[in-house]
Amino acid sequence: MAEVAPPEAERERFVLSVDGLEALLVALRGDGWRLMGPTVRDGAIDHAEIRGVADLPRGMTEVQEAGTYRLARREDGAFFGYAVGPRSWKQLLFVPKLRLFRAHRQEDGFQVEPESTEPPRLALIGARSCDLHAIAVQDRTFLEGPYKDPDYAARRERLFVVAVNCGQAGGTCFCVSMRTGPRATSGFDVALTELLEGGHRFLAEPGSERGAALLARVGAIPAREPDARAADAVVERTAQSMGRAMDTTDIKGLLYRNQEHPRWDNVSERCLGCTNCTLVCPTCFCSSVEDTTDLVGGVAERSRRWDSCFTLDHSYLHGGSVRHSIRSRYRQWLTHKVASWWDQFGTSGCIGCGRCITWCPVGIDITEEVAAIRATDGARPGA
Amino acid sequence: MSTGALPTAGPMMPEPLRVRSLRRETADTFTVSLDVSERPGGFPFQPGQFNMLYAFGVGEVPISISGDPARPGELLHTVRTVGAVTEALRRVGRGGRMGVRGPYGRPWPLEEARGLDVVVVAGGLGLAPLRSAILHLLRHRTEYGRVSLLVGARSPEGLLYRRELARWQEDARLKVLVTVDQAGPEWKGHVGVVPALLRDVELEPSRTVALMCGPEVMMRFTVRELERQGVPDSRIHLSLERNMKCAVGFCGHCQLVPFFVCKDGPVLPYDRLRPFINPREV
Repeated sequence: MAEVAPPEAERERFVLSVDGLEALLVALRGDGWRLMGPTVRDGAIDHAEIRGVADLPRGMTEVQEAGTYRLARREDGAFFGYAVGPRSWKQLLFVPKLRLFRAHRQEDGFQVEPESTEPPRLALIGARSCDLHAIAVQDRTFLEGPYKDPDYAARRERLFVVAVNCGQAGGTCFCVSMRTGPRATSGFDVALTELLEGGHRFLAEPGSERGAALLARVGAIPAREPDARAADAVVERTAQSMGRAMDTTDIKGLLYRNQEHPRWDNVSERCLGCTNCTLVCPTCFCSSVEDTTDLVGGVAERSRRWDSCFTLDHSYLHGGSVRHSIRSRYRQWLTHKVASWWDQFGTSGCIGCGRCITWCPVGIDITEEVAAIRATDGARPGA
Repeated sequence: MSTGALPTAGPMMPEPLRVRSLRRETADTFTVSLDVSERPGGFPFQPGQFNMLYAFGVGEVPISISGDPARPGELLHTVRTVGAVTEALRRVGRGGRMGVRGPYGRPWPLEEARGLDVVVVAGGLGLAPLRSAILHLLRHRTEYGRVSLLVGARSPEGLLYRRELARWQEDARLKVLVTVDQAGPEWKGHVGVVPALLRDVELEPSRTVALMCGPEVMMRFTVRELERQGVPDSRIHLSLERNMKCAVGFCGHCQLVPFFVCKDGPVLPYDRLRPFINPREV
């Protein structure tokens, strides 16, 4: 994505008008980037291809609570006046379904035909700090292990990122406690803060050389001190109004020593095993493979598709599943997300976006589950 | 840990290899030899590593390599037919092709075991990934102390590599103990569980390394017996089995709390496994 950004303190900040934002989007399109940004679709603010500011969810916001998401109007005409929608950017980088290869039957066996990947150049418009952290988390899985995922790597290289610092906390998010927001600090080419008072405008901060060049091209003017202060105040207010938090003190030790905690039985009575949390999670990376053939068995295909640790098939070993109870599957998901991820990748797998809370049909709240275990650390079944 | 080159089209591309021979081992297992003569250097691997084997149009499964590591010109796998993919692999037959990619995973710690006594414990199909370790130990016999091989199976008919096992039993360089869970009157050997065999092995716990593979319940009790005799956890090595779709650390299926069995295992020392393997359903 972006080249190495200059230290934060030395970054110059600019002001961009609403017309300037339109010019920025037009310039990106002119440079051959496909714009992927927020737009109202299917009753939610979702990411889709957009053409300009007219497609942005102007004057719209959302109300999120555990198990609840509702669109709502806002009076100030904000373009980015929401927190996070149901889908992160995950499906653009780690695609839900991918053909790995095709094989052709021959007289003496078969031949494998590799797939080549030529992904589009995408500009992400309105990416939030939590979601940029999520991309960095997935990079560790797909790019920084002993093997690289070539499709992910190719898509990852063709990104331009216009971040937006959150102007309001969502109903379920907790990035402050996860140290992943609300202000974007890395992983972007340009970061915007939407200013609504004293004239609708954006404070713009370049995060890369090409981001700085773009701002110069679209007529961004150097920010004056009051604009910079106003932008800082927006982010500060968002941080202050965040309703949830996760205490991450020794969280790995906490989860590891409480694998038999009675809370797992409690949550298993509520969890439906529906997989929603894993699908909306921007860091969940599990996949499975599917094999198909044509009717005569001459051509076979192998595809990769998203999978979830909440399915029985996920841990299937000849004869049965290792994790056959919902209790063990929820425990696997939560322990992995906030604890064993540290051992595997040196980071938390949770970035505090709150999507798993909002989109859980029964409103299970990851922060509440961790807090419940912490409150009764060491409890044993039947205790 | 893989020694194989990364295929340009991605790490999940199989290479079709011809079946040189396919031999029945027991009622539900067979050993397949794959032709690697067209590969420069054959198929080098380390004992304990595994490959992903692909049956055209049906699927892919992780299978341990069972051959002699000193003979990379011969690629052997012993497969148990337990589902659609393994059944399709069996049906490929001589002259057909199956897809191969690998080798993957952490091998048996045979370097670390040099100079020490080695106890090899195999239950059922667990002998397959241990066969290459045994062949290595025999080839480098003078570098190791006493070598014992404890083998268990459900029945005499369920024992793998029976002719080779008989040869090993005659080999003075090895102490071989075999047991079965159940047998008819024609069976003259031990009847009972594998961990019980450990009582017939003279162990010097401070200089013993244990390598084991078999059903998890068998390994659990074997570990308990080794610990009881004083073998340190860090020198008890288990080869684990989990669902695997990719073998390269992407798919997430083989996780055992902090470990990806595909890349951190399949061989792991018990001191690292202990905190995680005892709760049920991990």
